[in-house]
Amino acid sequence: MLIARSSSVSHIMAHRSKSDMPNHRLKPTPFHDRTARLMLGQSWRRWAGFTVASSYDLSHEREYYAIRNSAALFDVSPLYKYHVTGRDAARLLDRVVTRDVARAKVGQVLYTTWCDGDGKVIDDGTVSRLDDTTYRLTAADPNYRWLGDNARQLDVHIEDVSERIAALALQGPTSRTILELATESSLEALKYFRLVNTSIRGTPVTITRTGYTGDLGYEIWMDAALAIPVWDRLIECGTSYGITPAGMLALDMARVEAGLLLIEVDYYSSRHALIEQQKSSPLELSLDWTLSLDKPQFNGRTAIRAEHARGAAWKFVGVEVDWTSLQSLYANVGLAPRLPTQAWRTSVPLYQAAGGRQIGYATSGTWSPLLKRYLTLAHVEAKYSAPGTTLEIEMTVEHRRKRALATVNALPFYNPARKRA
Amino acid sequence: MTSHRYDAIVIGGGHNGLVNAAYLARAGKKVVVLERRHLVGGAAVTEEIYPGFKYSVFSYVVSLLRPEIIRDLDLPRHGLEILPLESTVTPMFDGNYIAGWADHDLTRREIYRHSPRDADAYDEYGHMMHHMAMAVKPILAMVPPDPTSLAPSDLKGMLSFAGLFRSLPTRQFHQLYKLMTMSAGDYLDEWFETDVLKATKSASGIIGTFMGPRTPGSAYVLLHHYMGEIDGAFRAWGFAKGGTGAISKAIASAAREAGAEIRLNASVAQVIVKNGRATGVAMANGDEFHAPVVVTSLDPKRSFLQLIERKELPAEFVRDIERYKIRGSSGKVNLSLSELPEFTCMPGNGPHHRGAFSISPTMEYVENAYDDAKYGDFSKKPYMDIVIPSMIDPGMAPPGKHVMSIFVQYAPSNITGGWNDEKREAFGDAVIDAVTRFAPNFRASILHRQVLTPADIESITGLTDGNIFQGELALHQLFFLRPAPGWARFRAPLKGLYQCGSATHPGGGIMGAGGRLAALEILKDVPR
Ligand SMILES: Cc1cc2nc3c(=O)[nH]c(=O)nc-3n(C[C@H](O)[C@H](O)[C@H](O)COP(=O)(O)OP(=O)(O)OC[C@H]3O[C@@H](n4cnc5c(N)ncnc54)[C@H](O)[C@@H]3O)c2cc1C
Repeated sequence: MLIARSSSVSHIMAHRSKSDMPNHRLKPTPFHDRTARLMLGQSWRRWAGFTVASSYDLSHEREYYAIRNSAALFDVSPLYKYHVTGRDAARLLDRVVTRDVARAKVGQVLYTTWCDGDGKVIDDGTVSRLDDTTYRLTAADPNYRWLGDNARQLDVHIEDVSERIAALALQGPTSRTILELATESSLEALKYFRLVNTSIRGTPVTITRTGYTGDLGYEIWMDAALAIPVWDRLIECGTSYGITPAGMLALDMARVEAGLLLIEVDYYSSRHALIEQQKSSPLELSLDWTLSLDKPQFNGRTAIRAEHARGAAWKFVGVEVDWTSLQSLYANVGLAPRLPTQAWRTSVPLYQAAGGRQIGYATSGTWSPLLKRYLTLAHVEAKYSAPGTTLEIEMTVEHRRKRALATVNALPFYNPARKRA
Repeated sequence: MTSHRYDAIVIGGGHNGLVNAAYLARAGKKVVVLERRHLVGGAAVTEEIYPGFKYSVFSYVVSLLRPEIIRDLDLPRHGLEILPLESTVTPMFDGNYIAGWADHDLTRREIYRHSPRDADAYDEYGHMMHHMAMAVKPILAMVPPDPTSLAPSDLKGMLSFAGLFRSLPTRQFHQLYKLMTMSAGDYLDEWFETDVLKATKSASGIIGTFMGPRTPGSAYVLLHHYMGEIDGAFRAWGFAKGGTGAISKAIASAAREAGAEIRLNASVAQVIVKNGRATGVAMANGDEFHAPVVVTSLDPKRSFLQLIERKELPAEFVRDIERYKIRGSSGKVNLSLSELPEFTCMPGNGPHHRGAFSISPTMEYVENAYDDAKYGDFSKKPYMDIVIPSMIDPGMAPPGKHVMSIFVQYAPSNITGGWNDEKREAFGDAVIDAVTRFAPNFRASILHRQVLTPADIESITGLTDGNIFQGELALHQLFFLRPAPGWARFRAPLKGLYQCGSATHPGGGIMGAGGRLAALEILKDVPR
């Protein structure tokens, strides 16, 4: 097995001579020079050791609507990214992830989870097949050592390209038009979860038709050193089409509408969980569709097959807070319903209807300004997971804990035809 | 000759003796603490050796002090304030360094600079240590059962002891077993590839022991030092405002408020034994104190081999105590500085001066330091843990000046030919040379120096052989074996005599656990 020191290491070393004072700032992304100029309220947050925008405007509202109305531009460079190359690249990934990588065609992208030996989810991300023997894995958490540990005796080369590759997400109804102008080519043929190699203002880019908003959208992958011209070109071509740089607050609302789960919020990586109950299997996360149970071997296969046979005890579902019920809870204290202005990320208990016992908990929630519905993502005991099931959710109304009616929904809550069209 | 009567006498006003007295006093007992020196604290004292410069003379950082003691005795009201020590920087020979910062992202980035693989491993290692510390922690708060006893309470104790381990998932049980048996170096080899990272981590496995990083058993001490991290704030080590002595002062104040009497300059010469029962103590000046309960906070060699006549104790017990391992291996150098040290690897002044510096550039360096000691000499190039308390509490030194605390290993108590003034100064010079190697302005910045060998530690604090933990934290002397088989439950083979010092379970460091648990046991024996 070969594990190369990532070129990003030498990159950092070059920027920090040995005897420098350590830099105690969070890392800027390759687009920082551009994003910093747009930032009006200094509302930065950290993501994987980088500085990214919560919102550029003082409120994230305009950024949220851009996702559904025109096009939002997100700097997603902090994602962890690994290049896996070599004769056994597919074999390595097939050992690690739950999808069938060997069957993916060149130019295909797979959303997948990966698990520990007990079949509990470590992380989720995408695998892109860049050519015959090269794959890119994106991940929410560091996975360099995990890939290396799984690569014993395989002819494969793993490179951490997290810092070398910059990434943007362009999401929303006008995203295709903008990208076609920027690349001076047609993207009509680029299907959902497929990729194409092209260039934008001289920078070679890979465009994947993927995203975290559940809308028509693309992600653009490029060399960090050549990233700025791409940003500039997108803004140039996009201005007449409503392109709007957007931050994590807007993204968080859109991903709840899209029913997309978030690590450390909707589930704990089995690597970070401190007790067994904090771990989840892919089946418990309702990711059954990402499991290639017939693959001969992958981490957690035995446990997952057994769980599949007996049925998962938990399911991950959408739960909508009933408006009338919420309204009456507030009316009882003389108020109109108070709605969250941002997506929340706390654990909120769910109960059986009619004042019954606790049968689950919501882990994310948002008021959807577009759908005018109060949406949550939740873990429920399997028998309460059928769409249409009536539950109760804890709502704090004027400092007091109350229960509002809530209904289990199929995910995603929002699924425009343009997403796949 | 005067004679005094009390419910309980505590020999020694170190932090454990003070904690013990405070709990007994709170239970309504009339207690006196007899401390030989002119101040309380024992190994936890702050002294102004040179005007304006306050040294935490011996022990210098704190993490293990039991939170229940802080709460029960309301120590913050008595002045206790523990401030975080935010970082550890290890300078390397080639001008590079490795650092651990309070911020996780910064630490990850720093380790990644050395090894992307270790950056991932570091998180998993921390996670595993958390589990191990969780598994072992309940034992700290538990009176160790006697495995040879058939008394129901002991059997129950043994069962819950076993239960703690049984409740661990198999994989974690295996890790715990490895921690209990392996050397720190070998254990860390299973996790990391960066030598300087392993050197710095394994150094915490040898503090206070007469072991090298490759000595089997040293891995357990890694865990012992992790223990403080799982209570409340996830921050390993802190620094008491006013120096370590402020901790002892706060406990003394709480004890006095609860009604305990603390007598300074009061040296106990002997435990008075009548009809196989301890009934009091005789002082060096001939005074006597009488009480049905006598608690010693001294190390077992001093308590049982010096303060009590041999004929009063069972012969095999005396033999066990004679065999108890207590070799000293550490020295301490306290300095007044005209300016901060400027490290070649990180020029200028910065946040790193608020944290610790570990002089552990390679595994080989640390192992070589041990080799010197193994063959009876002090380390010519010692391992050192350095902090600058005046950077955290400006009151420790005059404005613009600094105090530095250097914990040094190895300085063997049994140095060939014994310690003398000449060897002490040579040892101090070796320490200063070794720091100057990494911070060229260091030597010239020294205004005053206080060098303490194990012999000095013993003569000032009374710790036998200057062993910082009143006996090594080796597996064969932990839990129900500490300090001697059969006598781990704070009692002694003499009615009315109890032990509460660091030599009792769960062990050394500024922890207070011995003092508290002993008081709880005493209160079971003595009707309220
Ligand atoms: C150099 C050094 C550095 C250390 N560093 C740290 C550290 O950074 N962090 C940490 O947690 N721990 C550290 N330790 C360990 C820690 O300080 C001790 O384990 C702890 O302070 C011991 O407390 P104690 O109350 O059990 O005993 P002691 O502090 O030893 O108290 C015993 C007391 O009894 C008194 N005494 C002795 N003989 C008599 C007598 N005949 N009559 C009356 N009184 C008597 C002594 O004067 C002393 O005050 C260090 C120790 C040393 C020596």
